[in-house]
Amino acid sequence: MNYQSEVSPDARKFKSIGTRPLRPDGLDKVTGKARFGADVSAPGMLHGVILRSPHAHALIKSIDTSKAEAAEGVHAVVTRADFGSDFDNPDVMDNVMAGKKALYDGHTVAAIAASSEAAARKALKLIKVEYEVLKGVTDVDAALAPDAPILHEDMVPDGVDPAPTKPTNIAHRHEFGHGDVDKGFKEADIIIERSFKTEAAHQGYIEPHACLATLGSDGRGELWCCTQGHYYVRELCADLLKIEESQLRVTASEIGGGFGGKTTVFIEPVALALSKKSNRPVKIVMSRNEVFRASGPTASSSVDVKIGVKKDGRITAGFANLRYQGGAYPGSPVEFGAMSAFACYDLENVKTVGYDIVTNRPKQVAYRAPGAPMAAFAIESVVDELAKKVGMDPIEFRLKNASSAGSKSSYGPTFSDIGLALTLETAKNHPHYSAPLGPNQGRGVACGFWFNFGGQTSVSLAVNADGTVGLSVGTPDIGGSRASLSLMVAEEMGVEYEKVRAIIADTASLGYNDVTDGSRVTFASGIAAIEASRNACKVMCARAAKTWGIPEDAVVWEDGHAKPAGSNAGDFKPMSLVEIAANASSTGGPIAGHHEINADGAGVSFSTHLADVEVDPETGRAEVVRYTVFQDAGKAIHPSYVEGQFQGGAVQGIGWALNEEYIYDNEGRLQNPGFLDYRIPVASDLPMIDAVILEVPNPGHPYGVRGVGETSIVPPLATVANALAAAAGIRMTDIPMSPPKVLKAIDEAK
Amino acid sequence: MSQIHVSTTVNGDAVEFLCEPDETLLTVLRDRLGLTGSKEGCGSGDCGACSITIDGRLVCSCLALGAEAQGCEIATIEGMAEGENLHPLQSKFLEHAALQCGICTPGFLVAAKALLEKNPDPSETEIRYWLAGNLCRCTGYDKIIRAVMDTAEEMKAAKS
Amino acid sequence: MARIILWGGLKALANGANELDSDAKNVRALLDELVELYPGLKPRLNKGVSVAIDGEIFRDNWFAEIKPDSTVHVLPLLAGG
Repeated sequence: MNYQSEVSPDARKFKSIGTRPLRPDGLDKVTGKARFGADVSAPGMLHGVILRSPHAHALIKSIDTSKAEAAEGVHAVVTRADFGSDFDNPDVMDNVMAGKKALYDGHTVAAIAASSEAAARKALKLIKVEYEVLKGVTDVDAALAPDAPILHEDMVPDGVDPAPTKPTNIAHRHEFGHGDVDKGFKEADIIIERSFKTEAAHQGYIEPHACLATLGSDGRGELWCCTQGHYYVRELCADLLKIEESQLRVTASEIGGGFGGKTTVFIEPVALALSKKSNRPVKIVMSRNEVFRASGPTASSSVDVKIGVKKDGRITAGFANLRYQGGAYPGSPVEFGAMSAFACYDLENVKTVGYDIVTNRPKQVAYRAPGAPMAAFAIESVVDELAKKVGMDPIEFRLKNASSAGSKSSYGPTFSDIGLALTLETAKNHPHYSAPLGPNQGRGVACGFWFNFGGQTSVSLAVNADGTVGLSVGTPDIGGSRASLSLMVAEEMGVEYEKVRAIIADTASLGYNDVTDGSRVTFASGIAAIEASRNACKVMCARAAKTWGIPEDAVVWEDGHAKPAGSNAGDFKPMSLVEIAANASSTGGPIAGHHEINADGAGVSFSTHLADVEVDPETGRAEVVRYTVFQDAGKAIHPSYVEGQFQGGAVQGIGWALNEEYIYDNEGRLQNPGFLDYRIPVASDLPMIDAVILEVPNPGHPYGVRGVGETSIVPPLATVANALAAAAGIRMTDIPMSPPKVLKAIDEAK
Repeated sequence: MSQIHVSTTVNGDAVEFLCEPDETLLTVLRDRLGLTGSKEGCGSGDCGACSITIDGRLVCSCLALGAEAQGCEIATIEGMAEGENLHPLQSKFLEHAALQCGICTPGFLVAAKALLEKNPDPSETEIRYWLAGNLCRCTGYDKIIRAVMDTAEEMKAAKS
Repeated sequence: MARIILWGGLKALANGANELDSDAKNVRALLDELVELYPGLKPRLNKGVSVAIDGEIFRDNWFAEIKPDSTVHVLPLLAGG
């Protein structure tokens, strides 16, 4: 749908949109009443625990559960043998419960439900698994070596010509671009070629995965879980448990962070299987160790970049070869890395090649703008070097090459109105860019891009007799979306924000809703909420028309009132929503609105980040001392939560840049599965994060909204690396830029 | 294994419970007393989501044993508001949008309250270091720090 | 005829072709035509693709209109975090 006429400047003056009211779920969250995944129990509930492979790569020869089954307090034990075969999602099944092979340290092998967690843990030790340990591989480049251990004997990559005759660890090959890069490099005065690596980072949500499941022998079940998408959970569990979707009612708990990591299932099908076998409710809560070892971090990457430039600063060609490992199954986000790598630049000649590679690590799961930060790190680092080489200011250099309306994007389609240049111009003129730097400090800049999408959404709302509005949405609220959606309903219906009560409905209550991901909720659920409001207003106009005895189309909805469309329609006093609602019973019954869509037109998103980094030359510790985010939000519905997305994404990126990494030993065992050794940023690591909201309206949304959740994690890796280069004269190509690596680089540069 | 009988005070209420000798105070609070406002994010004292005070001292309840609560005064997030009236920190967290998902919020509030009781006029740096034991993955801490600074200002103004 | 451009991951499955002209009037017709021309594409297309028509990306919409002068990019199914 195109809302161009509605988003044009001065098309409307907003009353609610752009204000910063308190969030509807706020009180519960500051008083401890909000119920997250692990916060509920059921009568007769059992506790489920999981046996995990200690080996990175091993054949499972046999599993003997007899002693565990006989142990005190144990009510059920499940292994892969308790699941069927022929799944629509075979990799999801195999990841949830290992089949013939354990493919990574922490891979689920069996599970127990017992009357207490202690009894279940005791019984875990009684399960005898016979493994044949195989050689494993966890590094992305090592997985491509000719003698690398092969994870899947049937894996022959697609997209490779000619197709290999032997199995490899490559699942897919992708290629994007246009023009002739060889010709472009010939035209260049300066060419820089560099290779980069990034380690896997975990989404690091503070709430471990948790669920409470009930499934009877009649195939009917209920599931409570923390997830970004309870409809998708239902779809996957129905497939894995061989039950009908209508018989499984899934309720999304409050969710304690996700960032992409809660967009699939891990423990939910296991809890359902244990519940079915024991005929009791079963609760499973992951430990932090399990979260790190067996839920998805993002991919690690290895990227080669080559960019050519004329002396005047015009880029003549860009090339990147990207290799991402996505853990033990296909699905690393390398295609998004390859598509987005050069999206910020208007290039005549550009080519990217991406390889999706498997290794003996947990199956990667989406992490905020999946695949883009690693690519941006590589490209934006080289762009920074090129700007220096040609003697241009890094922002001027980017502006000279920046994509704008009409540019053919590096992944194909041509851009319409985009905000990249605006973010760069605003950064250039911001006080941060000209502020003096202290000793050992340097300033860095980098840009980022993300696609955003819309997706399937179903929203329903009801006008209550007292003039309040109940809003039911099916996209879990992960960062304040109940507030932003309520604001849109309030705006559209002309009621106060406080009169709208938004809830996240369960899977039995609405049509299908895609997962809360892709920065889509304020955009897509927003469209549906606005259209549902418009439907309800139409009903209210009809009620007023009937009451006045005039045609329905002679009544319009304005400022919370039904009004005659003009003097010809008759002279009637506007009828308020409260009045219409109070008389609903007498005028035709309940008043409601609903809307279902598969939204397109999400509108791409760009941002520019500025960082000042101070490096301690004695220890190699890099500290971010000032940080500013400039991002196009289209239209900020609730500016506080838009700023929150900018700030949160930036800090996740800073953590990835400086500290966070998966560390494996030679046997493929994760060495740092805890928050002490996998170090996410803490308050004392950081300065305030300034957030500058820019608004280039998106014609795909009635108010001009663009998703804002993901783009903010794309630039920080390069922003920090570029600042570090300016501060210490070292070009770091290996993420994270942890103190030992930085110190080594400083020593080598001496 | 025989259970231990414990008498204690939680948020001003006299409470008795039985617990296993190796059961954490966090498990007791959540599973035996139904006080699920304290969260388990790590179980190793690294995330602060289970922050409570024991006799006024800020601790991670996942690192304390239930049996250690004998005779103590325990305060959790559930006891922070007085009746209908939110603690100023709770109000400021809402006003500043200092939470996104909210899982870390109880721990931050309990920890920040302990800070302001000890130091009513903390600098930004002091706040950042005091709260360094509480992890938040959503906000980047900016709005949390601002909410605590604003609360301190307001509480100071109210006293003078 | 509309100009159709397949992303490089599909090239090997489409007998090396990555650009073609088509009379398809919408996405559904285009996908059917591609499978008929290059049966090797079927499993990949069934997994889902995004289709960009004149710059606007459609993630899953059979009825998005393709005009005779349109430029159409067949791209991987977009995902997010």
